[in-house]
Amino acid sequence: MTTRIFVPRDAAARAVGADKVAAAILDEARRHSLGVEIVRTGSRGLFWLEPMIEVETPGGRIAFGPVTVADVPDLFADGLPPSAGHPLCVGRPEEIPFLKRQTRITFARCGITDPLSLADYRTHGGYRGLERARSLGAAGTLEQVTKSGLRGRGGAGFPTGIKWKTVADTPADRKYIVCNADEGDSGTYADRMILEGDPFLLIEGMTIAGFAVGATKGYVYIRSEYPDAIRTMERALVLAEADGLLGAAAGFDIEVRVGAGAYVCGEETSLLESLEGKRGQVRAKPPLPAHKGLFGRPTVINNLISLATVPAILADGAEHYAALGMGRSRGTMPIQLAGNVRQGGLFEAAFGLTLGEIVEDIGGGTQSGRPVRAVQVGGPLGAYFPRALFDTPFDYEAFAARDGLIGHGGVVVFDDTVDMAHQARFALEFCAIESCGKCTPCRIGAVRGTETMDKIIRGERTAANLALITDLCQTLKFGSLCALGGFTPYPVMSAIKHFPEDFDRPRVAAAAA
Amino acid sequence: MPAWNEAQASEIIRRHLVREGALLPILHDVQAAFGCVPAQAVPFIADALNLTRAEVHGVVSFYHDFRDKPAGRHVLKLCRAEACQSMNSEALARQVLDRFDLDWGETTPDGRVTVEAIYCLGLCACAPSALLDGEPMARLTPQSIDEIARQVDR
Repeated sequence: MTTRIFVPRDAAARAVGADKVAAAILDEARRHSLGVEIVRTGSRGLFWLEPMIEVETPGGRIAFGPVTVADVPDLFADGLPPSAGHPLCVGRPEEIPFLKRQTRITFARCGITDPLSLADYRTHGGYRGLERARSLGAAGTLEQVTKSGLRGRGGAGFPTGIKWKTVADTPADRKYIVCNADEGDSGTYADRMILEGDPFLLIEGMTIAGFAVGATKGYVYIRSEYPDAIRTMERALVLAEADGLLGAAAGFDIEVRVGAGAYVCGEETSLLESLEGKRGQVRAKPPLPAHKGLFGRPTVINNLISLATVPAILADGAEHYAALGMGRSRGTMPIQLAGNVRQGGLFEAAFGLTLGEIVEDIGGGTQSGRPVRAVQVGGPLGAYFPRALFDTPFDYEAFAARDGLIGHGGVVVFDDTVDMAHQARFALEFCAIESCGKCTPCRIGAVRGTETMDKIIRGERTAANLALITDLCQTLKFGSLCALGGFTPYPVMSAIKHFPEDFDRPRVAAAAA
Repeated sequence: MPAWNEAQASEIIRRHLVREGALLPILHDVQAAFGCVPAQAVPFIADALNLTRAEVHGVVSFYHDFRDKPAGRHVLKLCRAEACQSMNSEALARQVLDRFDLDWGETTPDGRVTVEAIYCLGLCACAPSALLDGEPMARLTPQSIDEIARQVDR
């Protein structure tokens, strides 16, 4: 009898040794003549337990983690399955509180199936969404997406249904579906996990979008920093085409395009420029991409998670999705816990959990064991929240009301050793490094802001320089063309506002010449 | 890595010409073939795509990924973004740079290794992280630097 053992092939699992563990398991199985088949899956997203292996038993899968190569002989010393009493055993994965408390809709399959098995995909509910879309027709599909209340998961939160309807209603000889998988925000990895762990889901979501708006061509723009994701997605496209799910017969085609290390290309108009083979410079809006997007044609450009959520909305109905969440934030959000956190990982849940619940209860506080001091939510353009604001519910509007944003759902935890003046400086420096150069506030302002923050850090005329930074942030916020310059004030001003003690610094004596 | 030659470059361009917006895929493949986008490539590609040299140069110089000269035999990309910062990546990066006596973006004189900054690899729950010759590494510690040095010395 052959026992299936599931080992993630997710880049984060590989980065902490999953490949070596998989090889060691095969070696060990050979040594003991155990019938073992290794199935490489995506990650469940419980990254503190990676590499987490799952062993199939008659009673379901049992998980062990974090497993190192050195643990493997001991794990299989008494044959298969390893004893549930082993110190690395974490029980049935579904029963691990971190997973049990989630509402997995977009990530329902991730970590369970072989990402490159279409049979697995179908067995676990794949292509039900597209079938339902075809039975509803294009107009009915649009109505479902609109009724679900789904909003852009890249951070802007624009209603997906309205965007799609605009493209559907714009006549053109060609239309495009563009998936923004330029996931550059630090602390986020949801797109990467789907690309590596459930790529057919994205293919299905883009195919539904194409069907709903009348587009025949799709592009997935993946950042070059994600080599594993690029490989897996490209293989999935070949498999889907071989199966007739894409290509001429299917009336829809998808191509992967690889970014080239520019953060600003995550901004939608800059991404379109890049896809056209140009410098990734931001376009002024209007015209909206929905009217004049890629190559001047009507284009749906959505974040990967938005597109990957559509199949479940169609399969199970808009009402089911819209019933979750709070206020105008409907459905679920994959929250990504990262940085100095004890239990880092992906937590998909309905909107409405408070930041405190996310960081303390789910994340378990810091990994260093020191007190949490600051939490940056929404990537490098997101605000730093102090503990005093831990009652803020995870919701687009609630975060905006507290001068922050949820962005793409990244939550980066810092302990009490963080120097917030350095974090504010980094935000400005990052803006300077990544500015596309098109608008003056961002191109020049970010550089001047970094220099001014350096003076504050050296304790030079602190009050006057803080006033200057505040003024500069106003200019950036209201005068920039896109969110890079426009949102850089969030981390800077939140750091100054919530952690003023870090900006009140003694004068540093000039170094001896 | 072969030196720049027009026959190979023509073949790369021909492969991509049918695609819309072919410049980025062409530049990626040119860099994969020659280790960089050499100066000669700019007028050559411009000619093939009916673009000006300025347009192609503008694109090459806009993106952080494209190099004008080849990197070292190994390329280490260390993440400097916030999630890694929260796990002391800056101190670790300092140790790496000191170990190889390099500043960001530089290559050792013997051509062994280039160390570059990268802003997020999406391995943020296992920080600090890096990419060594395209392979992900995470939960880096000072001991990891020895492992990196061993791989680079191979």
